[in-house]
Amino acid sequence: MITLHINGQEHRLDLPPDTPLLWALRDTLGLTGTKFGCGAALCGACTVHLDGEAIRSCVTPISAVEGRKVTTIEAATEGGDRIGAAVRDAWVRHDVAQCGYCQSGQIMSAMAFLKSLPKGKQPTAAEIDAAMAGNLCRCGTYSRIRAAVADAARALV
Amino acid sequence: MLPDFFPDQLPPALRDLLERGVPAPDPAMSRRSFLKLAGLGGLALGAFPLVAAAQGAGAQADALKPTQQPSAFLHIDADGVVTVAINRLEFGQGVQTALPMILAEELDADWNKVRTRFGDNSPAYVDPAYGMHMTGGSNSIKNSFVQYRELGARARSMLVSAAAARWKVDAAKLRTASGQVLGPGGRRLTYGELAEAAMAQPVPGHVALKDPKNFRLIGHPTPRLDARAKSSGRQDFGIDVRLPGQLTAVIAHPPVFGARPRSVDDSAARVVKGVKTVVRIPLERGGEGIAVVADGYWPARQGREALKVEWDTNAVEGVDSARQLAQYRELAGQPGPRHFDADMTPLDSAPHRIDAEFVFPYLAHAPMEPLNCTVRIGREDAELWVGTQFPGVDGAAAARVLGLKPEQVKVHVQMAGGGFGRRAVATSDYVVEACEVAKAVRTAGIEAPVRMIWSREDDIRGGYYRPMHLHRARIGFDERGRVLAWDHVLVGQSIAAGTPFEGGMVKNGVDHSAVEGMREPYPLPMRLTVHHPKLNVPVLWWRSVGSTHTAFVMETLLDEIARSTQQDPVAYRMALFGDQHPRHRAALKLAVDKSGYGKRRLPEGRAWGVAVHESFSSVVAYVVEASVQQGRPVLHRVTAGVHCNLAVNPRGVEAQVQGAAMMALSTCLPGSAITFKDGEVEQRNFDGFTVARITDTPEIEVHIVPSAEPPTGMGEPGLPPLAPAFANAIAQLTGKPMRELPFRLA
Repeated sequence: MITLHINGQEHRLDLPPDTPLLWALRDTLGLTGTKFGCGAALCGACTVHLDGEAIRSCVTPISAVEGRKVTTIEAATEGGDRIGAAVRDAWVRHDVAQCGYCQSGQIMSAMAFLKSLPKGKQPTAAEIDAAMAGNLCRCGTYSRIRAAVADAARALV
Repeated sequence: MLPDFFPDQLPPALRDLLERGVPAPDPAMSRRSFLKLAGLGGLALGAFPLVAAAQGAGAQADALKPTQQPSAFLHIDADGVVTVAINRLEFGQGVQTALPMILAEELDADWNKVRTRFGDNSPAYVDPAYGMHMTGGSNSIKNSFVQYRELGARARSMLVSAAAARWKVDAAKLRTASGQVLGPGGRRLTYGELAEAAMAQPVPGHVALKDPKNFRLIGHPTPRLDARAKSSGRQDFGIDVRLPGQLTAVIAHPPVFGARPRSVDDSAARVVKGVKTVVRIPLERGGEGIAVVADGYWPARQGREALKVEWDTNAVEGVDSARQLAQYRELAGQPGPRHFDADMTPLDSAPHRIDAEFVFPYLAHAPMEPLNCTVRIGREDAELWVGTQFPGVDGAAAARVLGLKPEQVKVHVQMAGGGFGRRAVATSDYVVEACEVAKAVRTAGIEAPVRMIWSREDDIRGGYYRPMHLHRARIGFDERGRVLAWDHVLVGQSIAAGTPFEGGMVKNGVDHSAVEGMREPYPLPMRLTVHHPKLNVPVLWWRSVGSTHTAFVMETLLDEIARSTQQDPVAYRMALFGDQHPRHRAALKLAVDKSGYGKRRLPEGRAWGVAVHESFSSVVAYVVEASVQQGRPVLHRVTAGVHCNLAVNPRGVEAQVQGAAMMALSTCLPGSAITFKDGEVEQRNFDGFTVARITDTPEIEVHIVPSAEPPTGMGEPGLPPLAPAFANAIAQLTGKPMRELPFRLA
């Protein structure tokens, strides 16, 4: 049994300790907002927060997150987090999503980036690109992602 | 994502073949209104198209086809919520927003109360022009524009009739606005209040449509209806389907297409915790795979890793990319079928010559959602949950595998995480795999729905690629850039050969989808010879199909002719268009004007690049700024001029052009190629197969030529001209022509 703290709740899971967090979330807990894209930390679709930091859940075994706080897209954007709500609203305002499959991961990366900024700091275009460079979008929504991240940062001032 | 073939070229037998999965339209359907199920108490949305009870009221609409029946497309509940059925796959292109806009426009619905649901393989949801279930060829808006307008207008007429009957006034005196019928003396009734009474009204056959100048939704930038769900992790895709007791299957595919296992030791796989069974299933091309079935993806995947399989690849052709290129070069020198012909005698005496060879690799679609399909086999029926562009074809294929009648298979079309053509497969490859696994699991004595998921490696190595192509051109032209003779050879596998589409797409040995975009619209004396070799690599349409390579060849060569005769590439093209091609002219002019081309001085080291191309009836022109940095081509800025006639949702058109430009940019980047060694795909995941990142992204501005003509599609046309515009800028800087994708600087 491994105990996980996910979105403020405790879950005891009877899974092998090397099970990737992604599949514990998706198949065991039904939290399907976190997406499977590559299984090898190459696309960012599975991004979640571990103690506030963006990690790739597809290569993170559940044994490595025991006792730490995991936040997924569901709680991050609709759970009262000020930055999560700002990013979500910016994503909607800019109509970022096309197919939308990668956007959970994009949003989790954007949130972690904005949380990492010193208070009041507006990110440069290059900083936004660097922060989002690990998240692939085959629909090519990057122009709108750029605009939405910058917009969310402005909204948070 | 499908070539631009013409419906009248689809023989009836082909349509029949493609639509085997679909029962003949029920004549009773012609008298159903849009609210049939409301009377049943609950509003069972999922069922309404297939309930065949006759409405009984009125018979004026007997001539209406299933695609014209409001009942299958529209539901209004007592609160006035309007639910519109989408007859297409939504995989990013925005039809889930644009189609309801079209219907709601004529219905005069309150846009804030519009919801959607996806269709299935019922007859109502065929493409009205093609008569088959399909999302492709940038056809959704083009072919369903009038259909969805008429559906909205019919329902509106019925609501007005119901209000007229209640108020005992002439229906002609009533108006509608924002989900209400407005009557004399300030009377008003909401659509919700009228819905049940409207149901009893006859379905009108002929309806008058709005004058486009009165549109209040169509033509106005409108946010996507799925934006919030897709910005909060709440949007479900096919891969998120969860049925009680469902199992997950992961398949070990042979390393070479069509190969079979010589020996399999699954003992270690079977003892992985969570693994329920291991089954062998037939695959395409005579191959065989091994499916590990477990209570989740991870144990199934672990089980697959634990399989010990020795594959026998001796019996199948092992393609090798280097050898293939040599074979294509050899073939290019041979006589072959002609698509165009012209007198080539001026070639030898022409004052100027270009002799060029182009190479384009295989490309994977690589949608972000790995392919998947969930199958539930019942006693005498089956259900599929799958993001598919071909629900009718896939349903029929499932019926064949499962030994059912086509009408016993229901295909629930799911939101899809991209596709780009990969979900429109004549053989239904991944759907058939899922059905084979479900069948084998059942035979093994396990009663459970099965969800098959491909890993990313399965996707990158799973075939159905944009075919590799070789082009050769010999062009003779004079000092003014006038082409005297253009001798062109194209070598590449036919997408349609051997599929039910062959009859409609292959003419005189030439696959229309391979040559689309060649020569037109330029008045060039071209001879085009085409070779379609057969190889053991499954190929498929890939966003914008033939134009992915023909636009590159045409637009870089014309640019080269212009530059080598000291002419401005824009003026040169405009002169070729003459006054014959006003949409090309307008799109190019708009891109030129908005970009500042020819007026603005570029920063040191940058050059302009231009290209324009029509595909799927829409024209897109790009003016780009690019540079070379540390030997690497870099795209800085893109200005698009778009002619798609009336843009139903300009915000969606903009997104499609931005996205198509990025997908095209991917094809220019190092690593954007699928290659073979000893029959095996050399790439495995996103580390080997390149997809553009945010750090590659230029500024992209999209401008649309105003038009009131019936809309043409925009899912694909933004793709073809981007790579040649970029290449033209780089050629300008280096003085050397670009002849290859991905780019390689000599």
